[in-house]
Amino acid sequence: MTLWLMAGLLFTPLAWAVLTLLTDFRWGRWVTSFGILVQVLVSLGLWLTIARDGGFYYGLGGWDAPLGIELRVDGLAVTFVLLTAVVASACGWHAGVYIDPDKAWHRYFWPLFWFLWSGLNAVWLGGDLFNLYVGLELISLSAVGLVALGGKAAALRASLRYLLAALLGSLAYLLGVALLYGQFGSLSIAGVATLLADNPAPAGSGLALALMVTGLSLKTALFPLHQWLPPAHGIAKSPVSALLSALVVKASFYIAARLWLEFGATIGSFAAAQLVGLLGSAAVVWGSWLAFRQQQLKQVVAYSSVAQIGYLFLLFPLTYSVSEAVSLQAQQGITLQVISHGLAKAAMFLAAGNLILSVGSGRIEALAGVSRFLPFSLFSFGLAGVSLMSLPPTGGFTAKWLLLQASLGSGQWWWVAVLLAGGLLSAAYVFRIYRASFLERPETDRFYHPPRSLEVIPLILALLSLGLGLASEQVLSVMALPFEEAGAP
Amino acid sequence: MMAGWVRTLITTLLCLTLSGALAASIWAIAGNPTPVDLPRLLSENMDRSGVAHPVTAVLLNFRSYDTLLEIGVLVIAGIAGISMAKTASLEDPELRTSDTLLYALQRWFVPLMLVLAGYLLWAGAERPGGAFQAGAVVAATGVLMRLGGIPMDFLRPGLLLRLGLGLGFSVFLVVAVASAIGGEAFLAYPPGLTKALIVVIESVLTLSIAMVLLALFVSAPVNDAEDPEEGGPA
Amino acid sequence: MTASLLYALAGAVLFGMGLYGLLRLPHLLRKLLAFNIMGSGVFLVMVGLPQHRGGADPIPQALVLTGIVVAIAATALAVVLMRRYYHLSGMTTLEEPSPEQRPGGRR
Repeated sequence: MTLWLMAGLLFTPLAWAVLTLLTDFRWGRWVTSFGILVQVLVSLGLWLTIARDGGFYYGLGGWDAPLGIELRVDGLAVTFVLLTAVVASACGWHAGVYIDPDKAWHRYFWPLFWFLWSGLNAVWLGGDLFNLYVGLELISLSAVGLVALGGKAAALRASLRYLLAALLGSLAYLLGVALLYGQFGSLSIAGVATLLADNPAPAGSGLALALMVTGLSLKTALFPLHQWLPPAHGIAKSPVSALLSALVVKASFYIAARLWLEFGATIGSFAAAQLVGLLGSAAVVWGSWLAFRQQQLKQVVAYSSVAQIGYLFLLFPLTYSVSEAVSLQAQQGITLQVISHGLAKAAMFLAAGNLILSVGSGRIEALAGVSRFLPFSLFSFGLAGVSLMSLPPTGGFTAKWLLLQASLGSGQWWWVAVLLAGGLLSAAYVFRIYRASFLERPETDRFYHPPRSLEVIPLILALLSLGLGLASEQVLSVMALPFEEAGAP
Repeated sequence: MMAGWVRTLITTLLCLTLSGALAASIWAIAGNPTPVDLPRLLSENMDRSGVAHPVTAVLLNFRSYDTLLEIGVLVIAGIAGISMAKTASLEDPELRTSDTLLYALQRWFVPLMLVLAGYLLWAGAERPGGAFQAGAVVAATGVLMRLGGIPMDFLRPGLLLRLGLGLGFSVFLVVAVASAIGGEAFLAYPPGLTKALIVVIESVLTLSIAMVLLALFVSAPVNDAEDPEEGGPA
Repeated sequence: MTASLLYALAGAVLFGMGLYGLLRLPHLLRKLLAFNIMGSGVFLVMVGLPQHRGGADPIPQALVLTGIVVAIAATALAVVLMRRYYHLSGMTTLEEPSPEQRPGGRR
């Protein structure tokens, strides 16, 4: 049974990528709906199986690590697989209605969408350093292709910038992999971690970890390496922006976090952890401020991603040489932050796309009066904003609450200021958009009404991110499940 | 805004420091033996791999998942590339020349290169070579044909080209899934068939790799079709 | 000091050189070439470092082969994007054009 679920999970997105390559956009939509159904069922099945039996290693091709490639199927990985299934289905559904099927080049949307999905699953489950590199490139290239799809000069400039940043990040990561392989002769993360535990901090491994984390931070758009993100996320089509902000940047962060949790305790240092935390805090403040200053609706949402990504990097200081309990709290807080930001940001970008579709302009001033015509989308936008502001009972609140406790528990009270300031600043930019949309202007009374299904999707996502705070116990319990066996070195 | 020379200086220092640190790390790492001896493990398992050349064994058996995803990356690049070309035909009439010398050269080179590609594919089992090298040579043949102005009507962004792009990848995928249905792990070849399956995969991969590379070469886009974008400067 | 170690050290130098080019050269094609130089540096480290101790190691050789294919895919995609970008904007750098410079101005 598990074998079938794994094969389904890895195989369906790749197969559907090829299938949709052969169809046009309209047919691709039908084929994709079926694929989404399969993928959601398989992800849910795997999640339930792991919740019941605990995690395991899955050797691909029948070869175990270190000779073969092992997948690490644990509670955290399947939680993100499930998150991907939810967000990607929503974006795929939205895109099917949102994207103009008459443009010939839009037929390439579906294959890129499915390749992106398969790359994400490969990263969540990856347990092999080099395989993760290939997974990252799968994600980057399909994401760049999606941003550039049918774009004009500005979109191409954004996607070229994105491509160069992503490639530089991947190369830095790959160089780190090369050093680690040279040192340990193994590419399995679990194997290297076991070897590190026996032989703490051999010379040369510090640089490897630093290169990998730096490269991945560039791909995650950590301040000050974030400049590529707002143009790319701002100019892509809304369902694509939603995918990029909700899932793609999380993939590189996830690898960085896994590396830090496995290797950080032996080859990391207090200064490095504090530095990463500091950059994350700067991202929260600077990103929120820039979000507040933007004139374009989608740029606000994109800069808000820069800010929200900043929180994630508090994982580094909050798990370095602290007690087991505090570290777990921090990990749980970050996981919830990833999930709630993923849901909320996808909702926000999809709702923003509807608003832009309705008023026919991406500028914030153009939103005047839209509150009377598109209350659903505006409501979803606001609900998602509530989660970003981290008010109770949203998932964002629970996440920050856990991080707050972890900061106090580890005596690093200075992060509390960041958590509070970030919440206030995000309230500022969300309210700015609300204010603009409640202004009345007599001359703007004609709005286009998007189909109802476009409005329902962001609402569902926003409600999910709201409800996450109430269901956080169940979500987190799967993470802490025991693991079947330790990996071979 | 910082002055240009300050930026240059900072970047130079950064790159020099990085190269220096990297060299020092490499030096330090090179001084110690590795705790895991993967090459030995590999040679112990070679007889179960179905091929004689260790690199091919790693690529298509031990780490075949990497190769599957790698072909995926190549297909993505091909898709994204032809999505940029918005004309009905990817052929560029401007490139058609009637240079007799080039034409004579091509008559010699094109068959020779195709034979070479076949040899590279076949040699991959026991010495350096294999699908990618062969595919690159086939693609180069296509590039030569295009530069020489030989008409290539199959290179239009139609179903045939897309089939070609996806063929190698789908065959690889079907083998991977068929092995899972046969009761083995995902991507595990059934014993006895390993060699045959690897040869089949390599052959179709050669074709697809050549198609992708050639499609990327010819899909240099030159027309004015546009799509309105959102969120950008309105 | 073996020849393989020399390759790995040369890889370190190439990585730094490529990084400089990627960061400082404005022309997109040069940036792409710099990326490829960086890539070659990484591949040299990847093969040279294990080879220095145990002789030829087929695993990093296979990894590098995979890495080369990925780098080729990325390079080819970047070139196609650049040609289309040049065709649409007439620019070869990533600088933002000022509003009056933009072809057709504000549309």
